[in-house]
Amino acid sequence: MARMKFLCDAERCIECNGCVTACKQENEVPWGVNRRRVVTINDGVVGAEKSISVACMHCSDAPCMAVCPVDCFYRTDEGVVLHDKDLCIGCGYCFYACPFGAPQFPQAGAFGLRGKMDKCTFCAGGPEKDLSKEEFAKYGSNRLAQGKLPACAEMCSTKALLGGDGDVIADIYRQRVLKRGKGSEVWGWGTAYGKPDQKAAPAGAKS
Amino acid sequence: MNMKIASKLVLAVAALSLAAGLSACGEREQVIVYKQGKYQGKPDSKPWESDPAASLYTSSKWTQGDKTSWEAAVKTRNLSQNEYNRVQ
Repeated sequence: MARMKFLCDAERCIECNGCVTACKQENEVPWGVNRRRVVTINDGVVGAEKSISVACMHCSDAPCMAVCPVDCFYRTDEGVVLHDKDLCIGCGYCFYACPFGAPQFPQAGAFGLRGKMDKCTFCAGGPEKDLSKEEFAKYGSNRLAQGKLPACAEMCSTKALLGGDGDVIADIYRQRVLKRGKGSEVWGWGTAYGKPDQKAAPAGAKS
Repeated sequence: MNMKIASKLVLAVAALSLAAGLSACGEREQVIVYKQGKYQGKPDSKPWESDPAASLYTSSKWTQGDKTSWEAAVKTRNLSQNEYNRVQ
């Protein structure tokens, strides 16, 4: 198996926030903490509006892991980035390091405004006994230990959000792009850094 | 003579109880020695080590402890996200 990854197809996402709701419900995420959210650019602009569902991307070289002063992060065999809440000191360095804003901090508790960090676990629980009450209370549902995939991806109505083995979801996405004849341009090097024949985006462009 | 034995016994019991009572007063090492770049938390179990029968509402079947069968079960589930396979 390769690494577990998420992939959101911006051509399909309809900003229904079903993934956000599924995540909240599945993991009983407290008020104020959003493990997943939908980001929309060019909102209301006909033809230019695009939405994408964002959570922890379970980076292969995770910056949160690199900056954590107490080294509470670990990566599972399936490539899922998890952390030990018993060790987390709630410093927030991971939040500054994460390019996706994935680490979340509860607004109440012993640490006041900055509690122990909470983030998407790819529905893989955490370092407690699998499927135990303790695991659910601290980290939420462990669907991987039940042979399932993350709730957000599995319930996505338009199948914009794909989650699972990186190779498998890449194949699904590739087949999809070939069938419809477009969409691959929203991903990849060219999108991130510009193509040689493309002019740079004008200054002040809405993003 | 009996008095001597009795007093020795009392002394021994007193010494034992004192030792037992003070044993909880010792200070446990509370400082964690961090190893830079190494995960310091609790170990986590593998998803394939869980009992498939303990899972609620799942169609996935695998042999407990067998990584390959778990991966096959998850892959089957993963492929069901491709509607081109489901709706022909």
